[in-house]
Amino acid sequence: MAMTDEQIERYSRHIILKEVGVKGQKKLLNAKVLIIGAGGLGAPAAMYLAAAGVGHIGIVDADEVDLSNLQRQVIHTTADLGKAKVKSAKETMTAINPDVEVTTYRMFVDASNIRELIREYDFIIDGTDNFPAKFLINDACVIEKKPFSHAGIIRFQGQLMTYVPGEGPCYRCVFKNPPPKDAVPTCKQAGVIGAMAGTIGTLQAMEAIKYIIGKGELLTGWLLTYDALKMEFRKIKLPKETKNCPVCGENPTILEPIDYEQEVCEETAGRFATRDEQQ
Amino acid sequence: MAELDFKVDSEVDITDKVCPLTFVTAKVALEELDDGEVLSIRLNDGEPVQNVPRSLKEDGHKVLKLLDNEDGTYNLYVRKVEEG
Repeated sequence: MAMTDEQIERYSRHIILKEVGVKGQKKLLNAKVLIIGAGGLGAPAAMYLAAAGVGHIGIVDADEVDLSNLQRQVIHTTADLGKAKVKSAKETMTAINPDVEVTTYRMFVDASNIRELIREYDFIIDGTDNFPAKFLINDACVIEKKPFSHAGIIRFQGQLMTYVPGEGPCYRCVFKNPPPKDAVPTCKQAGVIGAMAGTIGTLQAMEAIKYIIGKGELLTGWLLTYDALKMEFRKIKLPKETKNCPVCGENPTILEPIDYEQEVCEETAGRFATRDEQQ
Repeated sequence: MAELDFKVDSEVDITDKVCPLTFVTAKVALEELDDGEVLSIRLNDGEPVQNVPRSLKEDGHKVLKLLDNEDGTYNLYVRKVEEG
């Protein structure tokens, strides 16, 4: 399908890029990305993907916009207080770019709905704020053979990695299981700085865009960590070994996503750099 | 119009565009062509004639000829080179 003059102008800064061009922009316009969580990570990811002209964006969140969200969840405004986050997010995305078709899912993901939910999307962004959801998304994406971007944030620190089926470790390869409940402080004690969340969510959008246009290198097999206080990025090579992983290994024992029972908003104390979003 | 030793497959006029839509419009027109086909681009003197050929070369296409129409416009002939 040919682009309209308006689309050519809107996406001109993309089209100029050799790595994007008309072909890449058409790929973006035909792409379907699902963002799970319309919070600190999902907000910037959704806004940049909408602006970039990702043709179909799904957004999942059960919550309503709360005053304490606005310090970092830049897709919502003060006027949106009390509104369903998915509705507020859709309004912002559509206002940025009417080209984008947005599907809203006002619900929590769980083992009963996640596989069907992700099935029709090309790329998934994990913008959730708790470990059970992160393992659920990982396992479902591995089982459904979907690429996804994992990210977690807390205080001044964030991390992300990308999983592409058949190309390296999954989240569970690296982090094994959700942390025990008593090992972690609750979110209310932790805090999170908004601009750092924005950085990590934006990096997730960048991973989705590169995956869609098929250019550059993804964070597959790498964990990128960001310490905003020290202003340090570290790109950590992850072990290649995946054959013993219970979900993506040679003899998987996890054949269906699992509902772990756990409070939201936790962080691992002393574990391997797992950070999570404060709600 | 001068004799051309190649066949022109398509034409685009970017004299009504300003940077960067000059290059973008030419790039969009080239996208519609097959590898090896030739696009004729009508463009204005000044900034477009300075920048558009260079940008198309940077994209890997082959600039064949630039003809001065002597009315403040030029015709630029570019052969599409599909990226490998």
